Order: sequence, then structure tokens, then C-alpha cells
Amino acid sequence: MKSAQKRAAIALVGVLSVAGTLTACGSSEEPAAEPTGPVTIEVAIDAGLEPEAIAAFEERVLQFEKMNPDIQVATKEFTWSGTTFAAELAGGTLPDVFPIPFTDGRALIEREQIADISDLVAELPYADQFNPTIAEAGQDADGGIWAVPISAYNQGLHYNRTLFEEAGLDPDNPPATWDEVRAAAQAIADETGQAGYAHMTQSNTGGWILTTETYALGGRIVEGEGEEATATVDNDATVQALEMLQEMRWEDDSMGASFLYDWSTINQDFAAGKIGMYVSGGANYPNLFTQNQMNPDEYGVTVLPLEGDDAGTLGGGTLAAVSSAASEAEQAAAVKWIDFYYISKLTDQEAAVAEAEIAARTDQPVGAPALPIFDQATYEQQQSWIKDFVNVPLENFQPMTEQMFDQPVIPEPAVATQDVYAALDPVVQAVLTDKDADIDALLADAQTQIQGLLDRS
Amino acid sequence: MTTISSPLRATAPAPPPPSPPRPHHSRRRTPRQWLRDGGLSTLIIACPMILVFGVFSWFPIGRALVMSVQETNLVTAPAFVGLDNFVFVLQDPLLGKAVTNTLWFALLALVFGYPLPLAAAVLMSEVRRMRGLFSALAYLPVVVPPVVAVLLWKFFYDPSDTGVFNTIAGWVGLGPYPWLQDATSAMPSLVLEATWAAAGGTVIIYLAALVGVRTELYEAAEVDGAGVWRKIWHVTLPQLRGVLFITLILQVIGTAQVFLEPFLFTGGGPNNATLTVLMLIYDYAFGSSLGGNYGAATALSLMLAGVLAVLSAVYFRVTRPWSS
Repeated sequence: MKSAQKRAAIALVGVLSVAGTLTACGSSEEPAAEPTGPVTIEVAIDAGLEPEAIAAFEERVLQFEKMNPDIQVATKEFTWSGTTFAAELAGGTLPDVFPIPFTDGRALIEREQIADISDLVAELPYADQFNPTIAEAGQDADGGIWAVPISAYNQGLHYNRTLFEEAGLDPDNPPATWDEVRAAAQAIADETGQAGYAHMTQSNTGGWILTTETYALGGRIVEGEGEEATATVDNDATVQALEMLQEMRWEDDSMGASFLYDWSTINQDFAAGKIGMYVSGGANYPNLFTQNQMNPDEYGVTVLPLEGDDAGTLGGGTLAAVSSAASEAEQAAAVKWIDFYYISKLTDQEAAVAEAEIAARTDQPVGAPALPIFDQATYEQQQSWIKDFVNVPLENFQPMTEQMFDQPVIPEPAVATQDVYAALDPVVQAVLTDKDADIDALLADAQTQIQGLLDRS
Repeated sequence: MTTISSPLRATAPAPPPPSPPRPHHSRRRTPRQWLRDGGLSTLIIACPMILVFGVFSWFPIGRALVMSVQETNLVTAPAFVGLDNFVFVLQDPLLGKAVTNTLWFALLALVFGYPLPLAAAVLMSEVRRMRGLFSALAYLPVVVPPVVAVLLWKFFYDPSDTGVFNTIAGWVGLGPYPWLQDATSAMPSLVLEATWAAAGGTVIIYLAALVGVRTELYEAAEVDGAGVWRKIWHVTLPQLRGVLFITLILQVIGTAQVFLEPFLFTGGGPNNATLTVLMLIYDYAFGSSLGGNYGAATALSLMLAGVLAVLSAVYFRVTRPWSS
């Protein structure tokens, strides 16, 4: 027995030695020394792009390197995912420049998990021209911009024009009320056999879309910010939204047979013509076109019907952030890249035309409307610069573009956003998969759970 | 039994003479003695293995122990929180659901997945021709990468009436069934795929064990008038009991850690119907893009490991009398 204990002790010492060595290795890591010569930065490129899109990106990289001879750009495939981002952040495997959603900006800044590039951003000529509501997502408490807004979206109702026509609906006159959405969904399901209205339910997207529907019906999921944030999940608008889903699913049978969609799989099925309508970011078109090969002529999008007092459309977007591990020289190069690749095409005619020309030549979508990150005038000016290269069917976007500037945009819940959405996923799933789901009981449980999340945050 | 063993004993060669007594070593050896006895070469040979195990197994376990009493996002400095993470996990209303689901999966896998490979192995061992082909066919699902297998079965489980399984069910006037899209049928659907994917490996183990069963025992049973079922019950199963006990505990441990199927098929849905303990651990750690609750994740991991360790110890103690 003593011998066994001794062996165990030796083994433990061995383990501790190895652990100690590793810990020592980890803790001895010093910040990278300031490079004196050329600097190399690693920048994110969307995963799963078609060869033409990759070629267009690489051409932009070459242009940038020509303009900045001291900066070398390496690319790394990266698409933000809620389930892998934290591990990539902790593991230090993110590129130097990477996109993050608005929902993560404030928390990452507070925890100093991304680089403070506010001084560098402040030197950019348009630093004070961002739409204040949008810039807020990437600002610290003092207003310094740590993460640069590069795109914004308002939620939209995407629809398949071909299925509309097959169902005897007018694709140029899409639903303007939720009752019309329900009626159109039933017509599509009856006439085409495809899902009239589909709903995301997985990987936090069920909560995201339920929050969107709640906003559109005048409700809120969370009221207040910071320590005063209060869960208001069991509000009338959310109940109304869930009751509508319940009726469409179990009375009308107009929601198809798949109820475990996330953003990626619902886009796939929509592009494949299996879905008549679904709610998602209004700027989904590039993904549908470049990653899911959707026929542009089949695509249509409109604004969400807003009903009730204080109704609005949920807005979000993407920020460009810089790794906290980047040295000062790399941070400076990273901000130059953000300016060149993401922003200049919105503010500078020459850059806008150059980017549009490459995109059009490589058969990438040009001119797909999106919510402006500056103001409406800047947005319209940029659209006019690139009008010769526009290759998306703008008329299919008209139901959206004619109304989107008139709709109030409401930001996502400010605290524990993804956790709140995750807590709502099972609620949506229950309503869509259980005929006897008790909406009030589900929301009461979610209310308790989300309040707990807010209290802990 | 004795009718067989007696003549064997009569013809068996004489047993080898007993080996000479080993020289007595004192309990405490000097370093010189240790070196002279080949201790250094033993250590050198063992070193790579110790290093690999240390880095990839023991160090993460050690880190998990530490993290379970910390609040950390792995970037900023961690804070010591005592047993708060364990309390948080035990108070989480989803824990009960996850444990129940895991037990349900384990039970279904045990009822359907455990006897199936044994039955297949026994049948295959009786086949005189093309046994190799049957073995290869049984093992084929194990060769298919798990993610590919799940994607394939996801295709089979398509809930529309044009899905593969629903089309087959439609031929006999059944369905369409929602399979993964319904809280009641989701878990059995996962078990079906998991059984298909894992049975081949167990079949091969049983087939190998069956080769070791002495044919004289079957001959003796036949002489005693035993039919097929009595031979299986009185000869095959008792001879395989050691292997059966091992595969049973391995299956219990495996099913308690089920993750791949619920993660890839359903993400734990619908309405948490396939949320397992490992899925909950994953959700704690990676459910939020802002760092997750690594402390709770490691706390629940340690609790699961503890439960499985106790279960294994009890199991081996209880089954020891029957294992040999």
C-alpha cells in the first residue's frame, strides 16, 4: 500500500511538474515587441465563399498592399458564430481584424477583450459622422470607438417571388400586416406544398426572431439597461406573436415540417425554394446569393408589419474589431485595413467605384440595400456612385427600400443578449412542436430564467 | 462438463516445474540499485507516454479542478468563487431535465443497443459461409465518420413526406412522422442512429470472444440434448460474461457522455427534449459568445466524472463474483 502511495505521489509530482512547466510557459508570454520593419496583419474573410468572391477579396488585398507597402495582409477564414467565438477569443486564434455582431460589442469593450483602437479611429475623417444609434454598439462609456460599425441591418420579411406567384399572390404587393402574412403563408402552403412561413429556432436564433416579432407588435423582451435591466418576456406582444405561430402551425399547417432551423439552414432552404417567407436580417441577400446560389429573380424582401403602439423593427449590425493581442503597429495597420476594406467604399467615390467594379467583374452582388451606418444622404450618394455596377434586382428590394427609413429601429437587448435569445429558443420550439404548449407557462419560466441571467450579468 | 475435462486432463503434458523463488528485494532501494535494475531505461521509455498523458489528459483534468472553483472568461484574471459554480449547477432547473434525458437515452440504448450486437454476433458465428462479409458489413458503420453518419441520418429523418424514412413508411400506409422535430420521437431517433453507428465495434468484440469458447462445450451440450437456445443460454452467455460485463459498463459510461448525436441532430431541442448532461456542459461553456460559464461547465464535468467513477466502482464490486 505504501508503495502504491509512493507511486501515486511520484505520478502526482510528475503531473504537477508538467502542469507547472506549461503554466510557466503560459505566464511568461510577453506582449509582442514593436516591429521596426514591415508589419503583417491577419484579416478575416468569410468562410465558404465562392471562388469568385475569394478572388475579389484577394484583389482588394493586393490593392491595399500596393497602397501600404509596409503592410502585408494575410487572410484567415472566419465567420462569427456564437458557439465558437468565445473559445477562439480565449484560444487566441482569431485573426487580427475580425467582425463581431453589435450584441457583443459593449461587453467585449467593458472586459477589454478587444484592442482599444479609439485614438486611431478618432483620426479618421468620418469618425464623428456615424449614425449615433449605430455607433453606440462599438463605443466605450466615454464614447471612444473601440469597434467600428461596418454594416447595419433592420429585420425584414424575405419572400420567394416564385412561390408567391404559384400561390396566386402578387409578389410586388407583399403582406403589410401580420394577418396578411398568415393568409399568404396559408395560400403558399396550400398551393405549392412548401412552408408558407418558416421560423428559426436553434442556436439563439429562435429568441432573436421572437424578439423581432415582439418589437414589431409593440412589446419588449428586456426593459432598461445595466443593473436596472428587467425581463419583460411575458408581455402581450410576445404572447400575441406566439399565439400567431401556434395558429399558423397547428390550425393552418402552413409552417412546413422543419422546426429546428438556424440562420444557416433556413437560408439554405429558402434559397432552395422550400420556404415562402421568413424573418431575418434585411441584408441577407449576399449570403443567399453567394453561399446558397439563390436565383436573384426569385428573391423578394419587404419591411416587417408594425402594429401597436411603440412598435419598431429590430436593428443590429456588424462591427470590425481588432485583437487585443495585436501590437501597436499591428493595430495601426488593422485600422488602415478597416478604413480601406470596410468603410472607404461607403465614403469615398473612387474607393466605392473600385470596389463595386471588382465585385461586379467577379459576379458578386453589388447594390444590395442595407441600413446606412452614416446617414441616409451618405448612403444614397454611395448608391449613386456605384449605380453603373449594380447587378442585384433593385426592383425586388423596393417594398423594403421604400419604407425602411420610415420605420423606427430598436436595438437588441443590451444585456446578455445572446443568453436572452438562448433562453427563448425552447419557447419557440415548444410552440412549434407541441400542439398543447402552454404559452403563458412557457413565458413565465422564460421570464424567471432571463431575469436570473440579467441579475448575474 | 466433467466428461470433457477428464480425458483432457489425462492427455495434458505435465505442468512445468515451479519457478525458483525470486530474490528478495528490500522495500527501499538505493538510487544505485535502482539504476542497476534498469530504472533509468524504464523511466526513459515511459517518459514520452508520461509527457503525452500529462499534457493532454492530466493537465486538463487539473485545470478543470481549478476552474471549477473560479469565475473566468479565460482572458481576464480569474476570481476564486469557492463552491458557487457547483451550487449554480445544482440549482439550475435544466440540470434535472438533462439528467432525465441522459438516463432516458442510456435506457433506450441499453434496451435496444446492448442485446442487438450480441444477437448479431451469435448469429454470425453460426454462419458457415461469408462470415467475413457479414463482419465487414456489420463494422462498416463504425468506419463512417460520425459527423458524416449524422448528416446522412439527418437526411433520412427529413420530416416531410418525401424524406427517406417517411417515404418507406408511406409504402405501408404509415406516416409521415416528425422524427427529430417532435419531443417524443426525437430521443428514440437519436438512439436508433447511435445504435447503428456503434453496434459494429461491439459485434467484432463479441465475435472475437466467441472464438474463445471451446467447441467441446457445445459438443457436450449437444450430447446432453440441448437445442440452439439452451446452448446459447447455458454455454455461450456464461462463457462471454466477462466481455459482457465490460461492454455493459463501457456502454453505460458512453451513453452518460452522449453529445455528438443531440448536438448535431437537434441542438438539444425540441424544447430541451434531447438536452443531455454533456450538452448542458457545452451550453454552459460555449452557449454565450461572450465567454460562457466555464466554471459551471467544469463543475458539472467533475460531478459527472465523479458519478461515473462511483458507478464503475460499485459495478465492478457487485459483478466481481460473476466475472470469472
